[in-house]
Amino acid sequence: MGHDDVVVIDDVGLDGLIGALREAGFEPAGPVVRDGAIVPGAIRGVGDLPRGWHDRQAPGHYRLVHSDDRRYFAWAVGPASWKAAVFPPVQEVWRAWERDGALVVSEPPVAGAPMAVIGARPCELAALAVLDGVLGRPPVADPGYETRRERAFLVVVDCAEPGGSCFCTSMGTGPAAADGFDLALTELDDEAGHRFLVRAGTDRGARVLSALATRPATDAELGAREDLLERARAAMGRSLDTDDLPGLLARNLEHPRWDEVAARCLACGNCTSVCPTCFCSDVRDTTDVTGEVRRTRTWASCFDLDHSYLHGNAVRSSTRARYRQWMTHKLSTWWDQFGMSGCVGCGRCITWCPVGIDLTEEAAAIRASDGTFGPGSTAAGAPTGSARVAP
Amino acid sequence: MRPVLHRVVDRRRESDDVVTLALEPQGGRPWPFRAGQFHMLSAFGVGEAAISVSSPPGDAPVVEHTVRDVGPVTHAMCTAPPGTLVGVRGPFGTDWGIEGAAGDVVVAAGGIGLAPLRGAIHQLLASPRVERVFVVVGARSPAQVMFGEDLEVWATRGARVAVTVDVADRGWRGHVGLVTSLLGPLEYDPARTSALVCGPEIMMRFTARALLDRGVEPSRIRISLERNMQCGLGWCGHCQLGPLLLCRDGPVVTYDGAVPGLLLERER
Ligand SMILES: Cc1cc2nc3c(=O)[nH]c(=O)nc-3n(C[C@H](O)[C@H](O)[C@H](O)COP(=O)(O)OP(=O)(O)OC[C@H]3O[C@@H](n4cnc5c(N)ncnc54)[C@H](O)[C@@H]3O)c2cc1C
Ligand code: SF4
Ligand code: SF4
Ligand code: FES
Repeated sequence: MGHDDVVVIDDVGLDGLIGALREAGFEPAGPVVRDGAIVPGAIRGVGDLPRGWHDRQAPGHYRLVHSDDRRYFAWAVGPASWKAAVFPPVQEVWRAWERDGALVVSEPPVAGAPMAVIGARPCELAALAVLDGVLGRPPVADPGYETRRERAFLVVVDCAEPGGSCFCTSMGTGPAAADGFDLALTELDDEAGHRFLVRAGTDRGARVLSALATRPATDAELGAREDLLERARAAMGRSLDTDDLPGLLARNLEHPRWDEVAARCLACGNCTSVCPTCFCSDVRDTTDVTGEVRRTRTWASCFDLDHSYLHGNAVRSSTRARYRQWMTHKLSTWWDQFGMSGCVGCGRCITWCPVGIDLTEEAAAIRASDGTFGPGSTAAGAPTGSARVAP
Repeated sequence: MRPVLHRVVDRRRESDDVVTLALEPQGGRPWPFRAGQFHMLSAFGVGEAAISVSSPPGDAPVVEHTVRDVGPVTHAMCTAPPGTLVGVRGPFGTDWGIEGAAGDVVVAAGGIGLAPLRGAIHQLLASPRVERVFVVVGARSPAQVMFGEDLEVWATRGARVAVTVDVADRGWRGHVGLVTSLLGPLEYDPARTSALVCGPEIMMRFTARALLDRGVEPSRIRISLERNMQCGLGWCGHCQLGPLLLCRDGPVVTYDGAVPGLLLERER
């Protein structure tokens, strides 16, 4: 079977797929309902998936509601992304101890079985591709990241029910799964029944699929997928005008909107902890009673004062400077640093911000008065004098 | 991220809070590096810090680092007796671009900023295309003037060396004032001059401004920037400066493009 063929399975087939992946040595994981949210978790079969659950999202708002809907994937994204599966929140870098007067330094192997992710969203695969550009970039790829990433088997599901904070259409990352998957599913539920269209994106995806009982998709089913995606595009909760967005923000670093948003922002860092592309980490050493030294790498947030610590102070001491760093990094300087956008439009930072700050709204506000507040226009500014006039 | 073990084979005091450590890789020779690049040095059990290589590239059996004692890691480094094992990773970052240097070169250093420039000055004095080398050095006090021997060697090898202190003491017969006050009288030819500058950001800004005012091209002024660094590999995100990841795109950058507008007070 070629990669372009679309076949059909039902939920028994999906259960069989999960079983087949487990047999093949993967640890199946997927969306599960926990503590009032849909989050990644271990799954044994389709019975663990969030059937009938929907999420209602808005700035600063997330709520699950249940219905008798038969679908498993009729929701958008929860607070936790699949980032943790490839980039653990806390990881040991190495440990060192003394043996016979010599110092031994040892790096831990990548622990655990490879993961099979069932039901990632298209924007989440796009987020993994963004992380690849940061942590998987030769010649200095993070070996632990690479190993986890290469081993993971990814089953993505097209988005049928985007959330109130979603804007993947603006970012070109959804609602359809375009690439980066082993298998892609589309969940259909109509007069003809509840079923999944399945496409393989890799050879190993095709191999797993060929062992399942499938039938070819009909033209009507392919058309139903197009309709589903069209409805999803129209239902997108937000939008972001990406036209010259990196340039827009780069030339508006002194825009008064940064003061305005800083007055609302709590600098709590929720946005960074839910974002599927935030990659910052702290590196720290600890020593235990035996004298063994352990170096640990832990997720970090640019909203922490310590993030920019230098000579006893924070470089970015104001909330204004920190919010501006976060947003300009996602939408502007990520392009300079890694040649791509740092934002995939998943909307998590909007939904999980306790005060409902919405970066699409902030960008729009800056665009609305672009050019009014040029660099160096602040009273306190114009720091570099003659350097500015130089070409 | 695993450091390579090096042994401290020599420790030399440069000033009351600065020490130069000569490090020898366990069972090997130092790896190649370029002047201006840095290493991540580990004091086991304390942590890791970004420290520039202060010896010139070449085939010496040791690699030197000059460390100012300002906190836990640098304190452990400064007090490490010969024989201590430390961890080294790198080399990281951009260099001073000495291979391309020609004509006149102004080297301006403030405080510990002379450490990353030391290797570069040795190389400049050995370069046939470089005509005149001007070295201006600022220190807080006479006791803080580092690399006394090197300053003499550079002068005898033809560099025009000038040293100033912010605050003099009884024995000081030299210049008193900021580094920038030494720049005015220098007889370099702006049209054929490049500059290497390292020190506190405010010092680098004023130095760059003085050079620009004399007509030195911004693209021929190089400065070395410092930010929090926790990996050196482009993974930790701490060293960002606008579009730059300073462990990768820096620490040495040219004083054009976005850089002048991005310095410290812009970020506060
Ligand atoms: C490219 C580069 C080259 C440098 N070259 C030299 C040099 O040649 N000689 C020299 O003396 N100093 C140099 N520094 C500065 C040196 O890295 C800091 O002084 C050192 O990290 C301070 O750490 P500390 O633990 O001793 O002190 P503290 O400043 O008290 O550190 C406290 C905590 O903050 C963290 N921290 C503080 N500053 C930094 C930083 N810049 N990066 C990461 N973490 C930080 C430390 O890890 C520590 O956990 C350089 C810095 C950079 C970025
Ligand atoms: S910045 Fe916000 S919308 Fe963009 S990827 Fe991160 S969490 Fe999602
Ligand atoms: S934008 Fe919102 S979530 Fe992010 S730090 Fe500010 S208050 Fe917290
Ligand atoms: S020091 Fe970690 S990204 Fe530059």
